[in-house]
Amino acid sequence: MDVNLVPLLPAVQVLVTALVVTLRDLFIKDGESRGVLAFYSLVGLGLAAAEVFFLLGGRQEGAFNDSYMLDRFALFFALIFILAAALTILSAIDYVRQTGMREGEFYALILFATVGMIVMAAANDLMVFFLGLETMSIAVYVLTGMWRSNGRSSEAAMKYFLMGAFATGFLLYGIALIYGATGSTNLAQISAYLLDQPSEWPVYLIGGGFLLLIGFAFKVGAVPFHFWVPDVYEGAPTPVTGFMSVAVKAAAFAAWARILLYKLSPLDNDWVFPLWIIAIATMTLGNLLAITQHSIKRMLAYSSIAHAGYLLIPIVVGVEWGGLPLLFYLLAYSFMTLGAFAVLTSMTEGDESKDGYSDFAGLGFKRPFLALAMALFMLSLAGFPPLAGFTGKFYVFRSAVLSGHLNLAIIGVLNSLLSVIFYLRVIVAMYMEEGGAAGKSFRQAPFVYIAVAIALLGTIYLGILPADALDWSRRAFGSLE
Amino acid sequence: MDTASFIFYLLATLLVIASLLVVFLRNVVHCAMALVTALLLIAVMFVTLHAPMLCVLQVMVYAGAIMVLFLFVIMFLNPGALEQQRGLWWGFGTLLAMMLAGVLVPLVATSDLPADPVAATELFGSPEMLAKSLFSDYVLPFEIASVLLLVAIIGAVVLAKREN
Repeated sequence: MDVNLVPLLPAVQVLVTALVVTLRDLFIKDGESRGVLAFYSLVGLGLAAAEVFFLLGGRQEGAFNDSYMLDRFALFFALIFILAAALTILSAIDYVRQTGMREGEFYALILFATVGMIVMAAANDLMVFFLGLETMSIAVYVLTGMWRSNGRSSEAAMKYFLMGAFATGFLLYGIALIYGATGSTNLAQISAYLLDQPSEWPVYLIGGGFLLLIGFAFKVGAVPFHFWVPDVYEGAPTPVTGFMSVAVKAAAFAAWARILLYKLSPLDNDWVFPLWIIAIATMTLGNLLAITQHSIKRMLAYSSIAHAGYLLIPIVVGVEWGGLPLLFYLLAYSFMTLGAFAVLTSMTEGDESKDGYSDFAGLGFKRPFLALAMALFMLSLAGFPPLAGFTGKFYVFRSAVLSGHLNLAIIGVLNSLLSVIFYLRVIVAMYMEEGGAAGKSFRQAPFVYIAVAIALLGTIYLGILPADALDWSRRAFGSLE
Repeated sequence: MDTASFIFYLLATLLVIASLLVVFLRNVVHCAMALVTALLLIAVMFVTLHAPMLCVLQVMVYAGAIMVLFLFVIMFLNPGALEQQRGLWWGFGTLLAMMLAGVLVPLVATSDLPADPVAATELFGSPEMLAKSLFSDYVLPFEIASVLLLVAIIGAVVLAKREN
């Protein structure tokens, strides 16, 4: 067999960084500053990003009997994960100190989760995919429960763990059935089998595909498998919520795109209709429930469900039209959501989160930059031009129209209009109301500002000059061939 | 009847009895013990099928680790309060078991397995074979699994360590 370790480089880089952070943490005495750990993490992520760019220039190839393919698609997602991890760590530095969580393990677990995500996106074998998924999930379960003095954090961790274990069961059973039908866990061989004997598939192969579908729907929080999302997102420490709603979702969509949308695409006749229903239900229910929320964090949780619905449109649309909008929208979504959660993270007072609408009242005058950034993130999430969210939605709805799913595009647009209600409410609170609790004793948190600024730049850049990113998304999805 | 079949039917009878005891005994600890017996009997069956590696794994993983976990949970939950009750759940369990039987029996009956036993190669099921496969074809999943376990250990420590 060929031993080619080069494609493992970015994942191993992040893994080594995580190990260094874990070990270095042991040599820092209690009470001393642990800022150096965040610095190590960011340097490690920066190196990993540099390696991704280096590999983008070279020839992308598989490793370990093609069970691991670091193609452009995987590299694209690796960059999203690295970006999400870096922005999460940046915005968490002050938060972790204020809430008294264990700093070293916090950064290390973010990095470990990132390793799992990179493996998931590059996995060309169902077994490798599953192990990557579990590495990511276990790290995120623990991150959710890391704020141990807060009961809701522990509750969220327990719920997430039980629901996640349930979803894992579906995925694993689906993988077992597909292995039973095709005799391989390698996606290339499964795909070859499907093309080799068209439409003479045993029932349990299709059943296995459906179980995978349910497992993925759980992981991205699509209706009707969404009920864990609001409680978990609300209870988790705010930076972790941002990380979950961007990186974990992107990782699940990466695996979904590679495995179900692409490699198992001969089977998709059977699941286009159920997916169509899931997409519409996810968008509509997410937006409707988001309107009724009083906490911005919870509103963002429902908004993240709604965005999972928009992201399902390209998946319903299929390989031919769906690839580019899916990848581009995920990139745009990453910037605006990470930014919104970074602002929300800065609204912590002592060890208490201030995330109600009333806490944001008057923020526009107390913290002009943060409020302006938050306003732009909200507008972008709602899909106003010329921001990233608009460009992303434009290509998503365009793909639906071009492929003949006009109804999906119409429902998507109506949902976007609906979402304006609750996104604008944040802006109204910040600029037209007075006397919020947060912001008074709010400390200067320089790192949060850096994270917000990066996310803001990305949101505006992708909105005004999307050509490079679009081209990049197209080529990334094209590399799955 | 030759010796091999005799041993098989003996083991199978004992296995069915042990499994029935798991279901019908009233004391939960006794049930767990009956389950250990059943799992050990399966391990012996693997030996008669020339799969020593599976036998050792069966004892280590199922009769060992998983049973210890079972017993731990039973101890935590106060076994006295856990006398089996045959209410609604009993009926539900019976229904599920019958559904499973309804799937498995036709599946085995209609599958085209060879009528005569097929001789396994000499190395089949041996530790050498497993190790070769694990460290060549499956070396990447093996290594990722080690990362996974490390993350789980760190996570367990983070969540369980006493705060200062």
